[in-house]
Amino acid sequence: MIELIAGKYNYWIYIILMMIGFYAMIGKRNMVKKVIGMNIFQTSIILFYISIAFKKGATLPIIRETADHVAAAVEVSQYINPLPHVLMLTAIVVMVATLGVAIAILILIYRRYGTLEEDEILKKVKS
Amino acid sequence: METASVKPVLAIAVSLFGTLLIVAFRKKPNIRELCTFIIAFVKFGIIASMLPAVLAGSRLRCDLVDLLPGVGLAFRVDSLGLLFALVSSSLWIATSLYSVGYMRSLKEHSQTRYYAFFALALSSAVGVAFAGNILTLYLFYEMLSLSTYPLVTHHQDSEARFAGRKYLTYLMGTSIGFFLPAVILTYYFSGTLNFTEQGILTGAASDTMLTVVFILYILGIGKAAIMPIHAWLPSAMVAPTPVSSLLHAVAVVKVGVFSVLRICLHVFGPYMMHDLSLNVFLLYFVSATILLGSLFALKQDNLKARLAYSTISQLSYIVLGGGLAGIIGITGGILHIVMHAFGKITLFFCAGAIMVNTGLKNISEMRGIGRKMPVTMAAFFFGSLSIIGIPPLGGFWSKWYLALGCIQVDQIPILVVLLTSSLLNAAYFLPISYNAFFADQDRYSEVREAPLLTVIPPVFTALVSFLLFIYPGVFLDLAKMTAQALLGG
Amino acid sequence: MKEHAPVLIVVFPIMFAFITPLLGWIRKSLCYPWVILALSLSTICSLITLEEVMTGGVIHYYLGSWLPPWGIEYVVDHLNAMMLVIVSGAALLVAIYSRRSIEAELPGKMVYFYTIFLLQTTGFLGIVVTGDMFNLYVFLEIASLAGYTLIAIGEDGAPLASFRYIIMGTVGACFYLLGVGYLYMVTGSLNMADLATIIPLISDSKVVLTAFAFFMAGIAIKMALFPLHVWLPDAYTRAPSTSSALIAPLMTKISVYVMIRIFFTVFKPSFTVDVLPATDILLWLGTIAIFGGAIMALAQTDFKRMLCYIVVAEVGYMVGGIGVANSIAMQGAVLHLLNDAVMTLGLFIVAGIVTYQMKGHLLSDFNALFRKMPLTMVTFVVVALSVIGVPPTCGFFSKWYLLQGGIMAGAWGFVVALLLSSLINIILFFRIFELGYVFQSDGSHHDHGHGGFIHEAPASMLLPSVVVALGILAIGIYNQVIINNIITYVIPKF
Repeated sequence: MIELIAGKYNYWIYIILMMIGFYAMIGKRNMVKKVIGMNIFQTSIILFYISIAFKKGATLPIIRETADHVAAAVEVSQYINPLPHVLMLTAIVVMVATLGVAIAILILIYRRYGTLEEDEILKKVKS
Repeated sequence: METASVKPVLAIAVSLFGTLLIVAFRKKPNIRELCTFIIAFVKFGIIASMLPAVLAGSRLRCDLVDLLPGVGLAFRVDSLGLLFALVSSSLWIATSLYSVGYMRSLKEHSQTRYYAFFALALSSAVGVAFAGNILTLYLFYEMLSLSTYPLVTHHQDSEARFAGRKYLTYLMGTSIGFFLPAVILTYYFSGTLNFTEQGILTGAASDTMLTVVFILYILGIGKAAIMPIHAWLPSAMVAPTPVSSLLHAVAVVKVGVFSVLRICLHVFGPYMMHDLSLNVFLLYFVSATILLGSLFALKQDNLKARLAYSTISQLSYIVLGGGLAGIIGITGGILHIVMHAFGKITLFFCAGAIMVNTGLKNISEMRGIGRKMPVTMAAFFFGSLSIIGIPPLGGFWSKWYLALGCIQVDQIPILVVLLTSSLLNAAYFLPISYNAFFADQDRYSEVREAPLLTVIPPVFTALVSFLLFIYPGVFLDLAKMTAQALLGG
Repeated sequence: MKEHAPVLIVVFPIMFAFITPLLGWIRKSLCYPWVILALSLSTICSLITLEEVMTGGVIHYYLGSWLPPWGIEYVVDHLNAMMLVIVSGAALLVAIYSRRSIEAELPGKMVYFYTIFLLQTTGFLGIVVTGDMFNLYVFLEIASLAGYTLIAIGEDGAPLASFRYIIMGTVGACFYLLGVGYLYMVTGSLNMADLATIIPLISDSKVVLTAFAFFMAGIAIKMALFPLHVWLPDAYTRAPSTSSALIAPLMTKISVYVMIRIFFTVFKPSFTVDVLPATDILLWLGTIAIFGGAIMALAQTDFKRMLCYIVVAEVGYMVGGIGVANSIAMQGAVLHLLNDAVMTLGLFIVAGIVTYQMKGHLLSDFNALFRKMPLTMVTFVVVALSVIGVPPTCGFFSKWYLLQGGIMAGAWGFVVALLLSSLINIILFFRIFELGYVFQSDGSHHDHGHGGFIHEAPASMLLPSVVVALGILAIGIYNQVIINNIITYVIPKF
């Protein structure tokens, strides 16, 4: 049991973060909070990817060169996996872009309805 | 023996082209009407030109693009299809002449739309006549429903709106809900949809499944107005009278019973009908329609409504012919397509003439009108004689064959039904003519005979009904050919 | 040059998109021809690619000449090639239609609108052409972000609708990303073909199952599969006419395409159909979607909203067809990808024309339109008949295959749903025809004459509509040609 939790703590963290983000997106009434929740949601996934790249006792994935600028042979298990990091660079860009678009839309909503609380907006829309 | 020919497609395409011409000339009514006539004559000419070949025993084929694996847009001109196409196209000429008189006398609106959709409806009807497989038939069947909708709702008032809704609900509801699944099941069971003399479903599925498919077809072909799928027809009487005559005689209901005959004869085949006892089921099922239709007709005071119920009853005679599944019976049923068409259209033309002339719609108001409109009422009288089945009018032949057909397959109860119905026909038709000529009425001092263009067509069709008694020739031959091809000898 | 066609399809719109703001700064009216040029080039490349695939088989294009599974690979087989033509062709038609609409609805925003329009198209095309799982995510997000923007600038209530779409759409895309992550974790590969060889070796791993579940959930949101469709009606109704005309026909169909890729190319049919009851679930979801969409559509008084629910029902057709899992139904589902894209395009273009002319898109705006805009209404009738399923329009044939497949598999719920939705579609569209037809309640015979205000749509809007109507008839009549030459190769072996 302890094995299940302690051994896979990275998954637990990402899941808890994801649920927090999910709750914020759905449960909170303030739209900025929803956006923040969305952000947390996406960040948790980025964490997940990074965590699977890690290897015990491994170092940064920069190949050392010997004195005469020839690359040394690569022992894969000594370097952490760079690919998920690269993928997540892209994902972070996407996250930021989504954040930008979401906030721009929030500005539009605020201009129109004067409030960023979802229940107040729904009342205004219905009337 | 089949020969390839492009004529079937030409016959259909002619009136499609006609639709475009009619729309193009919308600002010039006389040229527009002329277009309709020219197209109608050309169409009739093309169809008549196929007659010698078919009478000699060959069939004309035209296969266009494949629409489904093994099933294409295919046309096949055989004796049954040619008979129906001849009736439709010849009556289109008569109806067009009548339309001109009717529409102009009443100064109806949207005449271009009327003539254009009329041409489209005729394309569809001939398409059904020449369809070589069930898919092509279905395609043109639906096209007919859609192209007649603007005709039925022509007056664009609230009555027309509801009639249109009922029309579509009954016709498209049954065609998509029952007919389409039946077609797919047929394809699924037999792998083909072509019409052949031996039927395509022999041994393809269990007896229960085949019976289910048959029932789906009967319910799905709503245009045949077999009860309970009949209520759309009386409601459709809100349309202008030429449209009603189109519906009843030229195209719509005839397409319905034609399709039912095709299914009975060329998809299931007379032998399978016997084996599965489908013929007995069909006979008793439509007998109800025959009798009930006539009984309802007795109760109607509105002339067009009475004629509508009469049609519902008469159509089931044609289906009855298919159900008898014997040579004489099938011949009778097919022949009745022709006789009923000419007879009924006469009656509708007269009803319309009376309406145009006097504005009257109810039979009780028409007492004594025969003295003022003798030609019209005489045509009406002869038309009704044909429907009742009394010599010297053509309708006698079809009823005679049907009666003999009953005897040939030992279905005496059905013979009783036929005779009873004929009596009922007399009961609801003869009083109209009698009262028109002999009853006392003084209200028609102003009335003269109806406009010429609304009188000539009914006289013409009544004459044809008479001629058909003397020379049932061509049509009888075509009908006999169909039956013999199915049953031999 | 020809061998670079697959990548050029995506490169043209994105490069042109970057230059559009510059052009707009010089002169605004240059943007429209520029966009048309970009999309025409893209369409031509798609057609070249289609022809190459049909003659030569599957195309593999290695970006930067890096071989898979290390490099990103574009794989074009018959399914993609057909989708590429659909997407670029549809985008081109919408672009042609768009000018008047943008002028009327978004004055002064033309330049930026067209920039994002091109980016949206890039996203769609990229999703379709790529053979790499993460690359698909990138393009999916490009398309989604552009979509959020294009929708938010619409009429009253559009930002709110777009915001809800952002929330749901991001969740969907993130689920997809999670699926990719889980798969990567156990296979070490992001390349679709590579994954297809590795997954069967580990198919009883829970990680693979989790990945599959995340994929299904994520795609279902993007596809607006009932009950995850709630973002769609508001978003597409409130969006500007051009946006909905671009996004509505394409987004959901592309998501269905992604589902087909994942279910049958990456995870083999043996996994999807036998190991998991995924296709059974899809069948039920599809059937419910058809019923749900059809019934909700009946209740609408806004034309565009009604169309949105029809889109939901159409997604049900495709998903149900895939769920039936035999080759005939699959044939119907793939043909329906093509047909539905064309039909929805036609419907939304007509909606846009009506909005342009009548300044509104309620059902009541259709009053007397047969007299005012006869040609537009004729094309509308053709499209409506296709949605109903009347031969010889294309909609009839995809319905036929779906029905046949359903009957063969005994999926009677699906069969009944298809027939019922045809009947409901008749009601939906004939309601509109009645309105367009003008029924007076007093029964008088007016001489309507030919004077009175005939105000047909402008040519740039009418042309795409006519092309769509003709296309519907052509695809219907020649559907066997399309099936035999393209779709047969797409059907997985069940």
